[in-house]
Amino acid sequence: MFFKKCSLPVLLAVVFVLSGCSDDSGSGTGEAATGQLVVYTSRKEHLIKPLFDRYQAETGVNIQFVTDAAAPLLSRLQAEGENTPADILVTVDGGNLWHAAEEGVLSPVESEVLVRNVPAHLRDAGNRWFAISKRARVIVYSPERVKPGELSSYEALADERWQGRLCLRTSKKVYNQSLVATMIEADGAENTQKVVQGWVDNLATAPFANDIQAMQAVMAGQCDATVVNTYYFGRLEEAMAAKGEQLPLKIFFPNQDGRGIHVNISGAGVTTYAKHRTEAIKFIEWLSEVEAQQMLTDINQEFPVNPLSKSSAEVQAWGTFKEDDVPIEVTGERQAEAVMLMDKAGYR
Amino acid sequence: MPPSAAVLERQRACRRNGLRRWCWRLIPLLAGFLVLLPVAVIISSWSDSQFVVWRHLYDTQLLELLANTLILLVGVGVGVTVLGVSLAWLATICDFPGRRYCEWALMLPLAIPTYVLAFVVLGQWDYMGPLQLLLRHWWPDFRVDVRNPLTVIAIMTGVLYPYVYMLARSAFVTQGSDVVEASRVLGLNVWQTFFRVSLPMARPAIVAGLSLSLMETLADFGAVSVFNFNTFTTAIYKSWFGLFNLQAAAQLASLLLLFVVMALLAERGARNNGRDEQGRRPQHHFRIKLQGARRYLAAAYCWSVVLFCFALPVLQLLLWAVQQYALEFDRRYWQLLQHTVLLGACSAVIVVTITLLMLFAQRGYGNRLTQGAITVAGMGYALPGSVLAVGVVLCFGYLDRQWLVPLQQWLGGGTAPVLMGGLVGLLLAYLVRFLAVALGPVQSSIERVRPSIPEAARSLGCSQWRLLFRIYLPMLRPGILTALLLVLVDVMKEMPATLLLRPFGWDTLAVRIFEMTAEGEWQRAAIPALTLVLVGLLPVVVVIRRAR
Repeated sequence: MFFKKCSLPVLLAVVFVLSGCSDDSGSGTGEAATGQLVVYTSRKEHLIKPLFDRYQAETGVNIQFVTDAAAPLLSRLQAEGENTPADILVTVDGGNLWHAAEEGVLSPVESEVLVRNVPAHLRDAGNRWFAISKRARVIVYSPERVKPGELSSYEALADERWQGRLCLRTSKKVYNQSLVATMIEADGAENTQKVVQGWVDNLATAPFANDIQAMQAVMAGQCDATVVNTYYFGRLEEAMAAKGEQLPLKIFFPNQDGRGIHVNISGAGVTTYAKHRTEAIKFIEWLSEVEAQQMLTDINQEFPVNPLSKSSAEVQAWGTFKEDDVPIEVTGERQAEAVMLMDKAGYR
Repeated sequence: MPPSAAVLERQRACRRNGLRRWCWRLIPLLAGFLVLLPVAVIISSWSDSQFVVWRHLYDTQLLELLANTLILLVGVGVGVTVLGVSLAWLATICDFPGRRYCEWALMLPLAIPTYVLAFVVLGQWDYMGPLQLLLRHWWPDFRVDVRNPLTVIAIMTGVLYPYVYMLARSAFVTQGSDVVEASRVLGLNVWQTFFRVSLPMARPAIVAGLSLSLMETLADFGAVSVFNFNTFTTAIYKSWFGLFNLQAAAQLASLLLLFVVMALLAERGARNNGRDEQGRRPQHHFRIKLQGARRYLAAAYCWSVVLFCFALPVLQLLLWAVQQYALEFDRRYWQLLQHTVLLGACSAVIVVTITLLMLFAQRGYGNRLTQGAITVAGMGYALPGSVLAVGVVLCFGYLDRQWLVPLQQWLGGGTAPVLMGGLVGLLLAYLVRFLAVALGPVQSSIERVRPSIPEAARSLGCSQWRLLFRIYLPMLRPGILTALLLVLVDVMKEMPATLLLRPFGWDTLAVRIFEMTAEGEWQRAAIPALTLVLVGLLPVVVVIRRAR
């Protein structure tokens, strides 16, 4: 009876021993083989693996990677210390990159290629990380219900005229934290506090878990405008186009008379204890070159960081804009301040 | 005067026994220690009081967080108890049309991860979801925000009631119908029988199931974040991800643990008063035949739970999956599937084996110390997965840096981490997290074994191992099967620890779901979610067929 009952798990365990352990789990060898790279990435697999595959095809370098959210990856790097197998950390948001650098898990990289390809405000002053793509946080609105001239800046969304017409994503998301961090930098903490308080007073409904939900609420008529990252708008546009419909929303680039729109980045850095340092630098350099930039922007409808590259046709159709060229580090330096400010305003 | 040979022999026997006793006692102590390690790392966060963060939390949201968490706990607690116990009773003791199928169909929601049900419900009911679009077709101004506490409670209840249902069911099954028969013969009606006889006897199992679902509720991050509902857990993540203050996050988490310790102590109190012993094979010759409309009411009740908690969500997933098939499905799914099942099966066997040995040791040789160790071993489940994962990562990182890697190099190996990013590390993390899940069912069934039985066996010269294999295992079968199933399915659904500790290339279905949901692409997460649910169904079916 007992053995009959155990037969299934035992069988599975045997299968496991026979099949699983021979897997390329990559944790067995610690020898620095050439042509190998290990990447920890918080950019999701489907948004980065095509690049790994292309690089592998071009150079023969074998790239292993693991995905997770930014903060856990950072904890993992810190816990592994000098034994870490990771050569490169790829993550989204300047704040996350700044924190990784502050914690000492990223090392400075001397590279003429990167200095040439990545504008100064999109890389770390100490060259510990470099942006590989750009995304803008913009206002998306319903052209039916918003009159021209009603929109001007992020700050103006706190006006009384937006009472009950605004939808926002949650303040827990780092993109909003970074936006508010740059607002503190530009307008000062006190004014920003007033603005965020105004946003909260104007909310038509509780903050959403993601940008797509917020835009759908605008589509449904629950509110008239929201603040999202450009590529989410692009994805929604694509999804509607696939169904043969047109997205009934438009993008507005705010703050064009002032500092310009808030841009955020995804970026990469070489880890402090990288076992394949030269390879790692080569790969990040390759990411900043025109070909990879093109791929990066096409995969996720983002903007290239390399001035020589162009965005995809869909992205170009949204128009041109002036961007805020405040150093991206600000999003990290002021992140905690921004989180607390939003908490005080009751922005959930 | 030298002691006689007989005295010496007796002393030797005593010493042997003493040694054996301590060997057995080591098992729970080691298990408790293992769980304590990451927990201790979390608790040690208090070494540096994060006064600023605490002050800030207190000023801005602490009350709201506590209130929300409490609402959730009370709501889910009442929900799963009422649903789980009533369904278990109807499905095991009563008779209604389709009961046999319903009995196992009611376990199916177990296979649906909480975060999956959350995004399915929101996908259906959100502003641009099919239901609101349909309603707006008739009433253009119809708009409703379903993101409220009630929905979150309903979702959690729908996913977590199987814990109570399964444990209560195995308690009712082992009680047998003769208890019910006896009480009916003695003049109690159906309700009285239920409340005065069956329920008190099943109380340890029900409380165990309830505490599992409450711990899961406390630790849940997926569902509450989909609904942007602020609880203690979301505050933990906010401190970590937003303020980059792992210390404050760990301190919040240790407060969560404090809740759990108190709850576990209360649970033990509830258990000690449970009077339920079993010394015979249960008989099920008799079921309460419900009469007239009651039969159909009972059937409608049970089947509607299956419909709402399982059939409809799975149908929605299926619809999305068909839409996304071309984009999302590729050959890698076999690998994802293989990894998911392997991890689940291995963990289930390891966790349940250790649980069994632990409780067996406690029963034969236990003292207050081992009792404490078992309580500690049951705490890992209450921590939010990723907080526990961080505790594990810090421990493993330390062990690797200080001990294992130097040892490996001394033996001529490389500098690769041993525990971190290896399968062993991941399995250990699962063990720490899911010991509690196996403890509940096994403990409540081991407590039903009347002490006179092992005593009789021992007096007939039965050895300890034989006692385990010949007496306990057959008697504990329903409990063990339930435990295996729960751990298997739980490991397959587990997300944060898997993400953080998996070796390269060991992606699972849950990892794939994370990739999609983190980007807000719920519909693309449908295929991995559906696969996960279907894979989770297999063990449920196997267990049902064998537990009959």
